[in-house]
Amino acid sequence: MDYSGSDTVVGPAGTDLLPDTVTTAVKVVIVGGFGVGKTTLVGSVSEIRPLTTEETMTQAGVGVDDPTGVEQKTSTTVAMDFGRISISERLVLYVFGTPGQERFWFLWNGLFEGALGAVVLVDTRRLEVSFEVIGRLEERGVPFVVAVNGFPEAPAVPLDELRGALDLPDRVPIVACDARSRESSRDTLMTLMHYLYELAAPPAR
Amino acid sequence: MTADQGGWDGPEPDRLYVITRGRSGPSGPGVFDLVTLIVSRAEPTPALQPEHAAILRLCRSPLSVAEVSAYLELPTSVVTVLLADLLDDELIEARAAVPAAELPDRALLEAVIHGLQRL
Repeated sequence: MDYSGSDTVVGPAGTDLLPDTVTTAVKVVIVGGFGVGKTTLVGSVSEIRPLTTEETMTQAGVGVDDPTGVEQKTSTTVAMDFGRISISERLVLYVFGTPGQERFWFLWNGLFEGALGAVVLVDTRRLEVSFEVIGRLEERGVPFVVAVNGFPEAPAVPLDELRGALDLPDRVPIVACDARSRESSRDTLMTLMHYLYELAAPPAR
Repeated sequence: MTADQGGWDGPEPDRLYVITRGRSGPSGPGVFDLVTLIVSRAEPTPALQPEHAAILRLCRSPLSVAEVSAYLELPTSVVTVLLADLLDDELIEARAAVPAAELPDRALLEAVIHGLQRL
């Protein structure tokens, strides 16, 4: 079988090449429900056109909606969008977006392993997904901040009220964000980094 | 395995099976993280499997495993099998991600914060 793509694989554009001096890559994860703006945020901060990597889950469909009630083997393809930010000549940051629903948690093993931390992107109209995600991240010990993507049509809920609704500990930052804005998305990542920095600080004597 | 009426949506499993010669990717954390940087250490030769050759061409400049997967349009679980072959044959270099068990140190975070400020 020929792999037709082998000679025609389109690699990165010349301007997207990383210098050979880059030795270290780190990653953060943007997690949230469908349509919450993960891909938009990734695109806003990425220096390359966001890319998509796929993973397949081929196992009995645990948690997959099955209207027939018949257990069957399913093959689900899940796409993850990601972008890249060159930090320095030696360091590069990757930003991955991943769906928050429980049936996609199988993706999390490879994804959160070694991740610096996560941004939980929240749509105030669908808090229940965020609730599950936050619980799961706490279980896994992944540090995270919460960002509320401001959809014009979504009800404006004061952040303090959201903190209460999400049962968020006081120490976890919660910020408003406009995923379409490079500056706002960058600031959201900065909030995460400052929070991680605090966590990494040696405990006060 | 014959194609049945049930069908697959997405990648064709037969093709993926052939590419990896039936091997499946590591289920747990392995040598390759999504952000392990891959750099070619050799030029492709005609003797190489086409997918291996494609990786060597792609990685003349450093690329993450996730990027290799995206450009080849292959699942990461397949790509990591191919990368393991190339690593065994010393045709690529893998620049490992920050070890998983390690908390990010402050110097690293300071560098990231500094880099983001310039964005």
